[in-house]
Amino acid sequence: MSSPDTTYRPSDIQLGRIAYRRGKAIRSVLLAALSTAVLGTLLGVLVTGAPGWDRVKQSFFDPHIAREFVPEILQGLWFNIRLVVVCALCALALGLLVAVLRTLRGPIFFPVRALATVYTYSFRGLPLIIVIYLFAFGVPGLRLQGTPSVTVLGGAAIVVTYGAYLAEVFRAGIESVHPSQVAAARSLGLSYRQSMRFVVLPQAVRRVAPPLLNDTVALQKDVGLISLAGPIDAIRAAQIATAQTANFTPYVVAGVLFVLLALPLILVTDFVTLRAARRQNAGT
Amino acid sequence: MLLTCTGVRKTFGDAVVLDGLDLSVDEHEVVALIGASGSGKSTLLRCVNLLEEISDGQITLDGEDITDPRADADRVRQKIGLVFQSYNLFPHMTVLDNITLAPTKVHKRPVAEARERAMEWLSRVGLADKSGSYPDRLSGGQQQRVAIVRALVNSPRLLLLDEVTSALDPELVGEVLTMIRELKTEGMTMVLATHEMGFARQVADRVAFLDRGRVLEQGPPAQVLGDPVEARTRQFLARIIEAGRL
Repeated sequence: MSSPDTTYRPSDIQLGRIAYRRGKAIRSVLLAALSTAVLGTLLGVLVTGAPGWDRVKQSFFDPHIAREFVPEILQGLWFNIRLVVVCALCALALGLLVAVLRTLRGPIFFPVRALATVYTYSFRGLPLIIVIYLFAFGVPGLRLQGTPSVTVLGGAAIVVTYGAYLAEVFRAGIESVHPSQVAAARSLGLSYRQSMRFVVLPQAVRRVAPPLLNDTVALQKDVGLISLAGPIDAIRAAQIATAQTANFTPYVVAGVLFVLLALPLILVTDFVTLRAARRQNAGT
Repeated sequence: MLLTCTGVRKTFGDAVVLDGLDLSVDEHEVVALIGASGSGKSTLLRCVNLLEEISDGQITLDGEDITDPRADADRVRQKIGLVFQSYNLFPHMTVLDNITLAPTKVHKRPVAEARERAMEWLSRVGLADKSGSYPDRLSGGQQQRVAIVRALVNSPRLLLLDEVTSALDPELVGEVLTMIRELKTEGMTMVLATHEMGFARQVADRVAFLDRGRVLEQGPPAQVLGDPVEARTRQFLARIIEAGRL
């Protein structure tokens, strides 16, 4: 890059262009503000003007009830947060493990590959609710010694279901690394396993970081389904509060809290995606 | 003979790329493979490095049959360096890590020693200041020189160069060719597939013209490039001259 030329003065033509573009930019901003205001007003009038609005407002947006039950729902949310962290880490580890198992070569590993494939095929199709029921109610029914608590079983159901999705994301990442990278690694004398570990996997994981994070956001809200198995999480707490007050406001409170909980991770996902896109463009 | 290829055949489905090819390379010899696209130059290099399995014939290195399915491919490749047309550096590693990966992981050298050796090589080719950079920050010529160093630090018996200047801007070709010329003076055995006829003439001890998966004609560069015997060689060179590349 050369140092800025202090003697440079834009020509009259360039000054004219700058002025024109500035005027255009100001008009654009005004137009965007106007159309947003019109649409917002229209939506507001439509909802608040609806014949049932007063009833809906009473049973879904009651500020007194909201304030009263926020502490209990927050307590439930703390349970969700801990569960999310543990489940996400376990699901990521399981997904990576299964994806790597599917790349193993050689006849000895046939059963491992087959098992990993059957797992990803079946658990991506199986609804999470059914898996939670099977784990949380089915496993204790075996009456084995040392059966873990319902929370652990429910968490395991979430991990096993999401692990199948994440395994496919990791596998897509592994397959997206160009074969010439493996050829380069092998030509240096690295074994197949070394090539995977030092060349393919690091690139694959970097490349699929955005979709992995996106699946983690989905996992974050799906841990709420564990309430079906009994533990008192935010959704369960809201359900109890709703039963007490005959008012749906606690659900709305829980919903808002879930959104707030997801926001940081969503922002991180966007940031990572943006950075990945920038890196990719810089490479060419 | 360091390398011998005898009756090497390679097919991809119905396409016959190598059709009973014979070629031998002596220690310290530099052989340039020339020929049209699809004549089998790159495929031959990939077969020698066991990246492709041959369909028939035999390849020996140091008298050992490396195409025997019982041969340890990883150990064979440790004796052969391969440099690719598109460099194939590892984008997630710095220049230094690219170079020290095989010495530390394959040859089990101590990291400090491998780094020291890599830095010596980088200084030699004028890239010491790039050791901490990622490949995407380097020009094509710089990347290709790093790729050559990456192959050389393993002290290969044989260096295979697959059209290493084809992807470079014209003004960057010279720096890579200079490096190869220096390797020749040090006695490195090399087989290079190339479109640079002028360079082949300068650096090669022998030029082999590949046509339809065979070596149709080979000999000293002056003879093959200046006074070829075969009609197809003459046709090929005439097209090169027409394109202004000779």
